[in-house]
Amino acid sequence: MTDQTELQYTEEHEWVLVEGDTLTIGITDYAAEKLGDVVYVDLPKAGSKITAGNVVGEIESTKSVGELYAPVDGEVVESNQAVVDAPELVNSDPFGEGWLIKVTVGDLPKLLSHAEYRALVGE
Amino acid sequence: MTDPGSTESGTIERRSPLDAVHRAAGASFTDFAGWQMPVRYSSDLAEHHAVRTSSGIFDLSHMGEIILLGPGSAAALDFALAGRLSAIEIGQAKYSLLLAEDGGIIDDLVVYRTGEDRYMVVANASNAAVVADELRSRADGFDTFVSDESDDIALIALQGPDARAVLQETPGFGVDDGPGNDVDDFLANLESLRYYRAFAATFEGEPVLVARTGYTGEDGFELYIAPDRAPRLWEALRETGGARVVPAGLASRDTLRLEAGMPLYGHELSRDILPVQAGLGRVVALTKEGDFVGRAAIEQGPAVDAPVLVGLAAEGRRAARADYEVYDGEGADAARVGIVTSGALSPTLGHPVAMAFVAPAAAELGRELYVDVRGTRVPASVVALPFYKRPA
Repeated sequence: MTDQTELQYTEEHEWVLVEGDTLTIGITDYAAEKLGDVVYVDLPKAGSKITAGNVVGEIESTKSVGELYAPVDGEVVESNQAVVDAPELVNSDPFGEGWLIKVTVGDLPKLLSHAEYRALVGE
Repeated sequence: MTDPGSTESGTIERRSPLDAVHRAAGASFTDFAGWQMPVRYSSDLAEHHAVRTSSGIFDLSHMGEIILLGPGSAAALDFALAGRLSAIEIGQAKYSLLLAEDGGIIDDLVVYRTGEDRYMVVANASNAAVVADELRSRADGFDTFVSDESDDIALIALQGPDARAVLQETPGFGVDDGPGNDVDDFLANLESLRYYRAFAATFEGEPVLVARTGYTGEDGFELYIAPDRAPRLWEALRETGGARVVPAGLASRDTLRLEAGMPLYGHELSRDILPVQAGLGRVVALTKEGDFVGRAAIEQGPAVDAPVLVGLAAEGRRAARADYEVYDGEGADAARVGIVTSGALSPTLGHPVAMAFVAPAAAELGRELYVDVRGTRVPASVVALPFYKRPA
């Protein structure tokens, strides 16, 4: 179980786990809850370069479409095939098995702490 | 992710008489036509499947109820609405349309005849005030009194194959028909109640209109009751039904009605659409005597190239959504032939479905079209509506 207080966050409701120069990225429980049941996930392929602020993937629920924004400049080293095969993992375990992509980066930008993120979503 | 929800924005919104019940059940809310209504309780997919396989219970108290009372009510509605409401029997319901002079759709409605001189017109929440105003002005000169009783009527829908059994088993129902408030009379009425019929019953001594109507494509019932009695009725149905009665929010209601090919005002229906374009030509009773609002425009009909509503079915999992454009080919030079009005990955069928307005030339069944899904052309076939029909 990921310790949510150890993660960093973005204003686009993504979480980032920093391990050396590798980041694991997913969406928060708040975002998953707002989307509803996730039924389709489209993720960037391993090897693709991503640019902070660009849309790099999509998370679709029965009701709406959420966009995955790259929180950093970097290169995708892995996308989560398990979540592509079983998109409901985004709802059932957003901070764990529902992770979306792993990215290697040079410099890590300033992100939100757990407390700052919870303040943002009013919880 | 941008914030996918515009919920709980802090603006003043209207709340259902069942609001406390929903909050206790852990519902997520959405703003719908100025109301804070449950969008889902836990999972919209589970709620959808429950309605298809057992039953779901919905709070529709935001909908508008406008009562016409008086000997001229039938004639007033024949003039005000597209259908021939004078022809329905007491206890019968009819789907109808409120048209503008130019034939555009102001709202779609279900009209119940609840007495010789009494009708109840049920309007979409977003249009309830407009419908009430229009009915008042159109009823001018007829011997009828129009009153908007939306605030005094709550609506609970119990929809799905188990709905009838749950109603039968729920204690507290009766029929107030003289001596003895008889449960047996209630059960007999329920047993013989046909689709699009309603009867006056009681629940714990208070009036409830039990209607076999709905908006899910399943068999089911809609229960009109005083707001202060609605929480008791909701709890009684849940207690009796147990796991057979799943609280269901507006998200599942939308996918259910989409699968059933039912139009939603603001998506498939609007002031810019004539009924025939949306496949609702049969709702307009052109043969009825006398004038009605919109008749001249309906008789003239839309332009020959006016778009028509079609069903689209696709493979894979990427759904077309409202406002996505429809093309007649995959290439950059393909012509734009229409626009999607509603779409989702169908929970029951497992593939994407959508409704769209397309040019008549692109509307024939089996025609292969392409929907622009955020930059990708996704193939979709024109199919007959509804997408889903319940097993007989």
